[in-house]
Amino acid sequence: MALINNRMAPHQLNPNIWVDQYADYLFNYAVTRVSDAEIAKDLVQETFFAGLKSAKNYKGDAAERTWLIAILKRKVIDHYRKINSKKGKAEVRMNYSANSDSDGDWLEEQVADPFSTINNNALENEELGEAIQLCISKLPKKQSKVFVMKTVQGIDTEDICNALGINPSNLWVMIHRARTALMDCLNKNWF
Amino acid sequence: MISCDKAALICNKAQYNEASLMEKIKLKFHLFVCKACSKHSKKNAELTSLCNKANLHILSDSDKIAMKNKLEGKK
Repeated sequence: MALINNRMAPHQLNPNIWVDQYADYLFNYAVTRVSDAEIAKDLVQETFFAGLKSAKNYKGDAAERTWLIAILKRKVIDHYRKINSKKGKAEVRMNYSANSDSDGDWLEEQVADPFSTINNNALENEELGEAIQLCISKLPKKQSKVFVMKTVQGIDTEDICNALGINPSNLWVMIHRARTALMDCLNKNWF
Repeated sequence: MISCDKAALICNKAQYNEASLMEKIKLKFHLFVCKACSKHSKKNAELTSLCNKANLHILSDSDKIAMKNKLEGKK
């Protein structure tokens, strides 16, 4: 933790670590907003390009990550502007039902239910995803790699050990450290 | 009686369903007598459920390498 804080203190840009450090966080942010992995990937890439291009304008008063997220936000807005202007105008098409074989689903029946916990939960889970991703990005590189492989990708212990050239007890120590750090981080940022 | 370190190890394994039955019994017994581990274990389980709930998205390694290369080309 102290190490990371020290590095971030003067707020300098270091494009060499962008992909490793922030790509997953930015991708998660984008994919929950455009709901398409390919488009989200392109937006993240564009964000890095834009960051590189305007690196000289970076004053250093925001952390690198905050700065990149701000660029990505603009990119997401631009994306929606673009797809709306392609159509000429933003039009709302409303069918009786998305799966058209069921007749008689009137509009009233499709209005979002304000008491629905499903929608609210989905929103909360998106924010949760961002909080977790942010905490993961603060872990030491090796720990975050092991944790992501194990937890998000669900790869077998044995396969991870082979891929990274470590032994199982090594892996569990790293998992333990990562999980403890994540619990701390989420305690501060989520609860 | 197992040590707290050992208990933590089993607890982590249990989060990924990799603890054996014997290990789980040992862990349960340890948690019964050790309040600190019991607290840690609860937090750990909570972290697992949060991670499952959050439905995390990540980029594949090949995507990242492609990104890096494109970024290098722009420099």
